[in-house]
Amino acid sequence: MSNEPANSSMNPMVTRLEGEAPEIQVSLDILKRGAYVAPIIIAVCAVFAGMDGAFSALYGIAIVLVNFLFAAGLVAFTARISLGLMMGAVLFGYLVRLGLIFLAVILVRDASWISLTALGLTIIVTHLGLLVWEMRFVAASLAFPGLKPRK
Amino acid sequence: MEAFVHIAAAAGLTGDEAKAASAAGSAGFAYGLAAIGPGIGIGYLVGKSVEAMARQPEAAGMVRTTMFLGIAFTEALALIGFVVFILIGL
Repeated sequence: MSNEPANSSMNPMVTRLEGEAPEIQVSLDILKRGAYVAPIIIAVCAVFAGMDGAFSALYGIAIVLVNFLFAAGLVAFTARISLGLMMGAVLFGYLVRLGLIFLAVILVRDASWISLTALGLTIIVTHLGLLVWEMRFVAASLAFPGLKPRK
Repeated sequence: MEAFVHIAAAAGLTGDEAKAASAAGSAGFAYGLAAIGPGIGIGYLVGKSVEAMARQPEAAGMVRTTMFLGIAFTEALALIGFVVFILIGL
C-alpha cells in the first residue's frame, strides 16, 4: 500500500502513482477464489441444465474473471501515467468492457452447447459472490491489519 | 412496449414476428437504461477517488483498493441489466 506520488504537484492531470498496484492483487485474489468456486458453480448448473449448463457456467465464469483482470490492468496501467488518464480509462473502459461482454455472449448465443439462463445467472452470481467474498477480506485487512484473515 | 409494437406493425411484421421484434426492442431499451445509472455511479466514484488521491497521496493504496471494489459493485448493476437483456431479448 505504499503508493508514492512521482512528482510533487497535486494536480490530478499530472499526478501519477508508482509502486505496487493494489487492484492487481485484488483481482488475482478474486481469480484464485474463482478457481475455488468454479467446480461448485459448474456442478450446480450441470444438475439443473445438464452439460449445456456446465459449459455455459464455465464460459460465464471465464467472462467474469477476465472482466476483473482487464479492469484491474487498465487501472494499474493508467495510474502510472496520470490520475486524469486513469479516470478517463475507467469510464471508457466501462463501456468497452460492457461491449466485450456483449460480444462474448452474442458470439455464442446460437451455439449448441449454450444455455442462456445458466450463463446469465452464472455471470451475476459469480460476479457478486466473488466481490462479497473479496470485500470481507479487504475490509478486515484495511480495518484490522493485524487480524488479516487467511482466506 | 406499446411503442415497439407499433414500430413492429409499421415495419410490416405480424403475429409472432412482431411480438419477438417488440420484445427484442424493449430488452435493448431496458439494457440501455440499466447502463446509464452505473455509468453515472462509476463517474462519481472515480472522480471522488481521484480527488482523494490527489489530496492525500499517502492513502492512495487504500483508496485504489476500495475504488476498484466500488467499480466492480457498481458494474454489477449493469450486468444484471445485461442478463435481463440476454434472457428476454436474445
